[in-house]
Amino acid sequence: MTLDLIKPGYTAILKIIGGEGALRHRLLDMGLTPNTKVTVRKVAPMGDPIELFLRGYVLTLRAEDAANISVEGVEKI
Amino acid sequence: MKYLLALAGNQNCGKTTLFNCLTGSNQHVGNFPGVTVEKKEGTILKHKDTVLVDLPGIYSLSPYTAEEVVTRDFILKEHPHAIINIVDATNLERNLYLTLQLMELNIPMVIALNMMDEVRSSGNSIKVKELSNHLGIPIIPISASKNEGIADLMDAVMKVLEENKPAIKLDFCKGEVHRAIHSIAHIIEDQAKDAGFPLRFAATKLIEGDKPMIEAMALSESENHILGHIVEEMESALHTDREAALADMRYSYIENLCAECVIKHHESKEQIRSEKIDRLLTHKYFGIPIFICIMMFVFYLTFHVLGAPLQSLLELGIDVTTNALSHLLTITGVSPWLHSLVINGICAGVGSVLSFLPIIVLLFFFLSILEDSGYMARVAFVMDKLLRKIGLSGRSFVPMLIGFGCSVPAIMSTRTLSSERDRKMTIILTPFMSCSAKLPIYGMITMAFFPHHSAIVMISLYLLGIIMAILSGLLFKNTLFRGKPIPFILELPAYRFPSARSVVLHMWEKAKDFLKKAFTIIFVAAIVIWFFQSFDWSLNMVTDSGHSMLAGIGSILAPLFAPIGFSDWRASTALIVGLTAKESVVSTLSVLTGATGNVALSGALHTIFPSALAGFSFLTFTILYMPCVAAFAATRRELGSLKGALLTALYQTTVAYIVALLVFQIGHFII
Repeated sequence: MTLDLIKPGYTAILKIIGGEGALRHRLLDMGLTPNTKVTVRKVAPMGDPIELFLRGYVLTLRAEDAANISVEGVEKI
Repeated sequence: MKYLLALAGNQNCGKTTLFNCLTGSNQHVGNFPGVTVEKKEGTILKHKDTVLVDLPGIYSLSPYTAEEVVTRDFILKEHPHAIINIVDATNLERNLYLTLQLMELNIPMVIALNMMDEVRSSGNSIKVKELSNHLGIPIIPISASKNEGIADLMDAVMKVLEENKPAIKLDFCKGEVHRAIHSIAHIIEDQAKDAGFPLRFAATKLIEGDKPMIEAMALSESENHILGHIVEEMESALHTDREAALADMRYSYIENLCAECVIKHHESKEQIRSEKIDRLLTHKYFGIPIFICIMMFVFYLTFHVLGAPLQSLLELGIDVTTNALSHLLTITGVSPWLHSLVINGICAGVGSVLSFLPIIVLLFFFLSILEDSGYMARVAFVMDKLLRKIGLSGRSFVPMLIGFGCSVPAIMSTRTLSSERDRKMTIILTPFMSCSAKLPIYGMITMAFFPHHSAIVMISLYLLGIIMAILSGLLFKNTLFRGKPIPFILELPAYRFPSARSVVLHMWEKAKDFLKKAFTIIFVAAIVIWFFQSFDWSLNMVTDSGHSMLAGIGSILAPLFAPIGFSDWRASTALIVGLTAKESVVSTLSVLTGATGNVALSGALHTIFPSALAGFSFLTFTILYMPCVAAFAATRRELGSLKGALLTALYQTTVAYIVALLVFQIGHFII
């Protein structure tokens, strides 16, 4: 399962951070490292981007980029 | 200067507020060499021999954004005596990620642990002493917005400067990564020394596969081979790749550190409050309407309630000054041309631009409140999908919106965009948003030609501007700016009350910027236009501007406008004068036609524009052609190149011509 498919109100554990170059590096730098727990908080009014909560702060990224991140252990909060 | 200090930290951690606390208003804004990344520096209050440089807000020292490269180059090449690393205590995990990288740069450092008041008021705490011991760096809890702990911070910085001892504890790696770093450090010791890099930093960056570092180190083939082997071994042992391995190593260390030193009973109050506010402000259905309402309210206050009276007051002041000056010049009996130069040239030209000042200051007042409170990031979040279609990101929405008020602050506000590509594109597209100075022109033409359909004409003009911006965006996306947009990965900071000091300083900075422009480039432009308007070709002063060089140039250009419907020299002259400020198109036309009053002007316009279609074509051209000199000056400054600004103006004018041509020719065919 990939991160873009997680519905708001669910948490998941990040497994593989895919993608390449600047985008991937930025994701890692922002703390989206394997085994990090994230909560999908919200989807923007027009359906994209998505809003995440992780490591005590709020981050937004586009669904197409979230699609590169595979997750496990999806749970409802 | 005795000491050079660097201030580094994440975005939204209160860095600018701290910078203002430390330097007061002794600030100087410039650019880092070669890039349009803003560089602020100032002398520290009470330590006049110490200069502080505010480095851009960054999350890492990767080589991917201009900001990160600038920071790293600055620290490596300018060798500041110490780094003040500001860290958001409510968001320690992510903030310390940068700290660990800064530590590798081998420069004395002090951590300013900001927003400690929020941590405490949420019932949480941080064991500052333990944290400091683990990192081997002095940590001073502060609250920049309340101006608390600043003296302690500077004491610690001074102490560190005297000791001149870099952070020594670089024990945050372990296992496979640790082994790899040490093996590589061993191999590259001499090269790193020769190239002037801190050894540990060079080794880590080589493992990460950092391109600038690989190039700078110029390792031999065999060394590269060994390096590749070490990295491969590390990757296969950890079952991951080099970039993830290092990020994971840093974050794992930080997680353990926080588990030990941070006592967190609750989510922070600010975070909980923000989530509640966002339930409304980024609501699925209400988010966009609320945003539109907020912006309309800001515009209403800026241009109507507060701006209009202030503007007329300033205009009155300028008038009084001009009259007094005129009187003075008359008494002293200076020659008529000098009188005209000062009064009709400089005072009129600079004065008309200067009268924008209240609007610019007000707009930046509201904008910095919206920005500092954290709302702008939400706007980017809400609007991103729309702007992505033309190759931009949500961040560009606000400058474009301000463009409806005035292009000058709009272009100035693109400074907040992090990607250079997005910034350039936004600067070029923003003037297509019809600015408020063009309204009098619309009023004049619609009154003369479309008295019963003024609303629909106005709306169609605004729409035309927006459509041209979209089409241009699509064009640029697929040609000039084909490069990949930088990824849209944006932090939504917790909502906070903006500090009055930051808002005021920001306003002052923009006002200063604008005033500087008004008295340099606009000053010159006013004199040039005055010269052409007041003299004929044999350099005799004219009383009737119809005989001036400007009118002559207007006449020469007039045939150019024949295909778009108006070949009268007065129209082309008005368009040229409109470059000083768009509303002067109206005053020029009334001067040149000799019409006094709106009714007379309406009648006179029928002698200039042969048909309503020609009038509409004139409007089309007006809304799209190059903006006024003030906006041009802003474009030049923000693009950082005169050539770029000229090309932008050429593009805008060409688009205006083509669209007006299409409107007129197709319209002609239909009607």
